[in-house]
Amino acid sequence: MQIIESPALSAPNGKSARVIVVSGRIDQSTADLFDKALKPFLDTCRNGEAPLIIDFSGVDYISSVGLRVLMLASRQVKSQSGRIAIAALTPVVAEVFQISRFNLVFQVFATPDAAAAALSV
Amino acid sequence: MKVRFWGTRGSIPVSITATDIRAKLIAALIASRDRAFHHRDDIEAFIDGLGFDVAGSFGGHSSCVQLITGHPEHVILDLGSGARPLGQAMLDHFGPGVPQTYHVFMSHLHWDHIMGFPFFAPVYIPGNRVVIHSCHRDVERAFRRQQAEPSFPVRFDQLAAEVRFEVHAPDTDINVAGMTARARLQQHSGDSYGWAFTAHGKRVVYATDSEHDVGNVQQRAEVIEFFRDADLVIFDAMYSLAESVSVKADWGHSSNVIGVELCQAAKVRQLMLFHHEPAHDDTRIAGILAETRRYEEISREDQPLEVFAAYDGLVHPL
Repeated sequence: MQIIESPALSAPNGKSARVIVVSGRIDQSTADLFDKALKPFLDTCRNGEAPLIIDFSGVDYISSVGLRVLMLASRQVKSQSGRIAIAALTPVVAEVFQISRFNLVFQVFATPDAAAAALSV
Repeated sequence: MKVRFWGTRGSIPVSITATDIRAKLIAALIASRDRAFHHRDDIEAFIDGLGFDVAGSFGGHSSCVQLITGHPEHVILDLGSGARPLGQAMLDHFGPGVPQTYHVFMSHLHWDHIMGFPFFAPVYIPGNRVVIHSCHRDVERAFRRQQAEPSFPVRFDQLAAEVRFEVHAPDTDINVAGMTARARLQQHSGDSYGWAFTAHGKRVVYATDSEHDVGNVQQRAEVIEFFRDADLVIFDAMYSLAESVSVKADWGHSSNVIGVELCQAAKVRQLMLFHHEPAHDDTRIAGILAETRRYEEISREDQPLEVFAAYDGLVHPL
C-alpha cells in the first residue's frame, strides 16, 4: 500500500483540489500504514483550504479495518470543516463499498475530476 | 450434530404481514407466466426454483436455537420467542408423560432472549427438568422478574417443572449433555457471552449480541482464537458494517462483513448469519446473504467459507 500526491486538480470555477493516489491492498496488515500516510493530508484539510480527493484507482481491495480508517478520516475532516471525497473505485472495491454500505457514508465520484468539480463549488 | 433454528430475529419478534404475502404471491405468479402445471410435482419444482425470499420466509421469532446431538438431554441456546414452538414440538414428540431434561445456555438476559421462557410448555409439566446455564450472576432474578406481577399471570414459583440455574465462569470448560461448552465474554450492553460447543468431533460457536470493535487488535485476536477451526459460527449480523461503526456504534451488534473476516481468519468452515434486523423484510435479508457470499469471494485468501442465513425452522446438519 502506498500514497502518492499527484498534481492538484483545477475545477471549472478555477479553484483547486488536492489529490492523493492510493494503491495496493488495504487490510489488517497495511491499515496502520494507510492511517499514518493519510494523516498529514487530513491535518491540512480544513475550512478555507483545498478539498482533498482520495484517488482509489490503484486500490485492489479494502477490508473493514481500512474502511474504518476512512470513517475516522471523514470525521476528522468534518470536525475541521474541510471537504473530502473518494474517487475512481475499482469494480471490486466499489462492490466492497456497496456491501458494507460505505457508499452511503462517503461521497464517491467516478473520477477525480468529477470529485474536484463537486467539491470546489 | 444438527442445529435447529427456532428463532433468528434480533431485538424483537416480528411477523410477516398481509402486504408481504401479497408481494410474494405477485412475484410468484409473474414468474409462473407461460408455464403449465399438470401435476403437484410441477408446482413443487416451480416453487423450489423461486428464491427463498419469495417461496419462504426467514421468520420472526427472537433468538432460540437447538443443538441436536443424539444425547437424551436436550441443548437449547437462548429462550427468545422461538422457545414457544420449540416447547410445543418437544411435547408433540415426547408427550407429557415422558420427563425430559433441557439444558439452556444463555448469551445474556436481555428481553428478546428470555421472553419465550413463560411460553415454553415443558416448564408446566411435572417431572421435566430445565437447567439454565449462564455467566450472569443475576440470571435467576431476570427469569423470576419477567413472571412477577403485573407482567405475567403465572408466577415463577407456580411452574411445575424443576427449574435450576447454574452460573458459570467464562473461559472454563463445562461438560453437559455429552458435549463440552465454554463461554467467552463479548462486547454488549450489560455483557453477553458467546458459547463454543464441541461434540462428536464437531465444534459450533454461538456468538450473538456481540459487537466487534474493528480497531481493537487484541479483541480481534481473542475472537479469532474462540472461533478457531469451528465447523459452524452462528454470528450476529444485524447491521451493515457502516452502521456498526457509525450511527449504531456501541449498540452491541455486528455485521456480515466482520463475520466473514473473522471466520476467514479463524479458518471456520461455515458462517450462519443470525439475529436479523427486525426492520428487514425477506427480500432484504436474502440480498444481504447474496452480498455476504460475494464478499466472502472477494476477501478469500485461503479455504472457502460457506455462508448461510438462518431462518425459523431451518435444520442445519454439520
